[in-house]
Amino acid sequence: MALFIIKRIGWLAFVLLGLCVITFTLSRVVPGDPAAVYLGSRAKPEQLEAVRLKLGLDKPVPLQFAFYLRDLLHGDLGSSLRTHRPVLKGIRDHLPASLELMFVAITIAVLIGVPLGVIAAKRENTVSDHLSRLFAVACTSLPSFWLAMLFQIVFFRWLGLFPIGGRLDTVVGLTNPIEHLTGFYLFDSLATGNWTALRDSAWHLCLPAVTLASYSTGLIARMTRSTMIEVLREDYITTARAVGVSEKEILFLQGLRNALGPTMTTAGLCFAFMLTGTFFIELIFFWPGLGTYITNAILLNDYPVIMGVTLLMALFYVSVNLVVDILIALVDPRVRLK
Amino acid sequence: MIRGTIHSLNPDKSEANKLMPTQPTTTPVLAINDLRTWFHTADGLAKAVDGVSYHVNSGETLGVVGESGCGKSVTALSILRLIPTPPGEIVSGEIRLNGQDILALPLNSMRRIRGNRVSMIFQEPMTSLNPVFTIGYQLAKIFTLHRGATRKEARQQSLAILEACEIPSPARILKAYPHQLSGGMRQRVMIAMAIGCNPDVLLADEPTTALDVTIQAQILDLLLKLQQRMGMALVLITHDLGVVANFARRVVVMYAGKKVEEAPVDTLFRSPGHPYTRALLQSVPVLGRNEKFLKEIKGMVPPPFQEIKGCRYARRCSEAEDACRRVDPPLKTIAPGHLVACLKR
Amino acid sequence: MPSAIGHNKPQGRYRDFWQAIRRLLHNPITCLGLAIVALLLVAVIFAPWVAPYPEQGLGKSNLKERLAPPSSRHILGTDNLGRDIFSRIIYGSRISFQAAVMVVTIVVAIGVPLGLLAGYFGGWIDDLIMRFADMILAFPSLLLAIAIVAFLGPNLINALIAISLPWWPWYTRLVRSQVMSVKEMQFIESARAIGASQKRIMFRHILPNCVAPIIVQATLDMGYIILAIASLGFLGLGTQPPTADWGVMVSEGREYFLKQWWISTFSGAAIFLTVLSFNLVGDGVREALDPKIRWRFQKK
Repeated sequence: MALFIIKRIGWLAFVLLGLCVITFTLSRVVPGDPAAVYLGSRAKPEQLEAVRLKLGLDKPVPLQFAFYLRDLLHGDLGSSLRTHRPVLKGIRDHLPASLELMFVAITIAVLIGVPLGVIAAKRENTVSDHLSRLFAVACTSLPSFWLAMLFQIVFFRWLGLFPIGGRLDTVVGLTNPIEHLTGFYLFDSLATGNWTALRDSAWHLCLPAVTLASYSTGLIARMTRSTMIEVLREDYITTARAVGVSEKEILFLQGLRNALGPTMTTAGLCFAFMLTGTFFIELIFFWPGLGTYITNAILLNDYPVIMGVTLLMALFYVSVNLVVDILIALVDPRVRLK
Repeated sequence: MIRGTIHSLNPDKSEANKLMPTQPTTTPVLAINDLRTWFHTADGLAKAVDGVSYHVNSGETLGVVGESGCGKSVTALSILRLIPTPPGEIVSGEIRLNGQDILALPLNSMRRIRGNRVSMIFQEPMTSLNPVFTIGYQLAKIFTLHRGATRKEARQQSLAILEACEIPSPARILKAYPHQLSGGMRQRVMIAMAIGCNPDVLLADEPTTALDVTIQAQILDLLLKLQQRMGMALVLITHDLGVVANFARRVVVMYAGKKVEEAPVDTLFRSPGHPYTRALLQSVPVLGRNEKFLKEIKGMVPPPFQEIKGCRYARRCSEAEDACRRVDPPLKTIAPGHLVACLKR
Repeated sequence: MPSAIGHNKPQGRYRDFWQAIRRLLHNPITCLGLAIVALLLVAVIFAPWVAPYPEQGLGKSNLKERLAPPSSRHILGTDNLGRDIFSRIIYGSRISFQAAVMVVTIVVAIGVPLGLLAGYFGGWIDDLIMRFADMILAFPSLLLAIAIVAFLGPNLINALIAISLPWWPWYTRLVRSQVMSVKEMQFIESARAIGASQKRIMFRHILPNCVAPIIVQATLDMGYIILAIASLGFLGLGTQPPTADWGVMVSEGREYFLKQWWISTFSGAAIFLTVLSFNLVGDGVREALDPKIRWRFQKK
């Protein structure tokens, strides 16, 4: 087990190195003058030259890469050209917003997707099965930006039930500001007993979280369904029935436990994928998360930010895969006790 | 010492076993009347069981033999209503447990019979236990379900039944997972699960086919010992005539979804009535006899969705006549307790 | 028990093929998907005849009728330059479909040979190719695509390249695993025994066996490729106006969408229905080809 983890971490380090190379290459070939971004458009040529020296842009490229790697190993992702603040701080400021959205979204996806998949598997080939499959496929076919806009039109403009965007109502932010503990508004307001803010931030979370959850719900439902169908055909299910176990227990306890492996892998991968999925959601719902941070950076070719965030996203993706693999080993005694 | 659920000796039942006349004078504990179980497949209607009737008396071992695909397993699954209902369907018939028709029962009542009054063990011990739960969990379930036992009581009863099934170090086994046990051990666990609640009938579907030869004998001996001790009826479904010869009292022979012969075991082996039975007996190779070729039965079992006029065995029968291909032979009693479905008897 | 007839004779194979088609059509949902794909193809091929206002579909503006709601004249309304949305959507289908076909071509052209090489030769070639593929797959593909377009400049061709580059590793992986399982089969041994060259073995024996999964995967991917193109278009990184691209249309409509909702809604719906239909068909194809689903009646 330990060897398994060590091997995977080794592989992770190797992949990250490759990612650094790719990110670095991309950032250096993207057009635009970093110095101009740093100083703004009205800089004089001498000032630009000075900045170029300061940023080390005059040195040969491989040397720049070496400096970059050295800084990376010290946890220094550089500073934003636009804001002049460390990228790491920028990420730390924006990450909780995205993570909170993702946690709520994956919870919704699992809570809806898994039971849907289990029931569809039980009712294989009936009308309700076909309908739930259609629903699941539709969920995975929705363009997220379109769904987001639809939600805004229907639930904000026509029905007036939810806000158009943002994390918190500006008024509430002034009258009942949330104390900054973790950056997760739900957690922070709950921990400090700030019920107004709790209600308000939950309200703001609804539309974006459901939009983000849509793709994953469909995927999880499909994976659960197909795995459950296989599981329900196994001999041990017949044994359980022969012994008198109720259908509900066979479905949700004996059967589902066996189907958890692929389902959890899918949920994990969905969670990882959501980090890039927040991109459009944040754009349309004015959500101040990582997606917004990197979008502003892209528009300006703020390359330290772009590189830093990209690297982080890749690291996140690979780590989530690793965690999922470990969790599977824990759940399935056959893998664990090998 | 065995505590709890098992009758250590049931003198009434074992005596009755020896003196049992070939015709049941009391109600049989399990009686199947004219059962029809059909499957709706993409290739047509498969009549897996088409009008089968047999019975078992209390404390008796009934052997059910036939080739693969003859419907012997489907019959047993129909008793416990374990047939997947699309595409399967129990079309007609009665299944009487101590006189009561259990086919007419709703499914919740049926669940209370499963594992409790009628139990079943299956052919594949390697895949018949849930791999992500411990043996203890799966075994205790029958006691919590049917006896209302608490967790402690269920654990005690599980230990007792494991001992009765001659499983060494039962406490360790309770904590183990199925993949940590050998095939023979898993089959013993399956038997323990099946008899834990002292059922009236145990259906054993090819219980030893998937096991090593040495283990086979052990398992069968165990089954017989448990049966005699607990006085339950045992339906032993197999394609192995040797097993039947050694363990059954009466035998039912099935072919292509129908019962073609029923007889006490001695009669069946000494004077088999149906041509199929005779061909089966001839095809068993005998050790020591110098045989150049294995005697086979020519042809194949017809696929279950094929509609056949007349006797289903006619195509492979060496004694078949025109009448055989036109009329489906009814079961005739040719001697007390001996029935044959053949026009030529 | 499967039917014993016709399994080894050549007719058996044709029979299996028609059985697969029958199974495909048996599922009502797959038929729905096929119907929508058919409509899509009609729009792609017969655009000038199906669209009520072909010139507007191509970009000609009609400022007198700008931002008109759906009516009998314009069944899906008009956009901010007065162009008929329905016609624009039809012409947009041409762009989407052709672009998707090009992406699939590029992806297959890069991914399949690499997969063949990796699977067949194994060893360091396999390691090299697969590590490189895994690295690309570890990257958030949207970001990678955006970065590539930013480097090359925002137009349709560059967007296609940007989509293809993160996509080909999937096909390499697919082909590689197929090759590795086929490689172990007996008939490859026989071919080698009679002295066939490696290239010949690869192309004449191994490749044909990989074709089916590639086709299934490509069908499934068509919808998502169209979505990727539309996503880049939405960000302004793909097709440039006045070409009708569904993603661009959604983005153009965003300015007005709280009042004139039809612009973004209908163009987005076109994307959704297209992706949905390819997914439904792909699912149906996969199910029809899966031998496990065929025999559910398997009692002894």
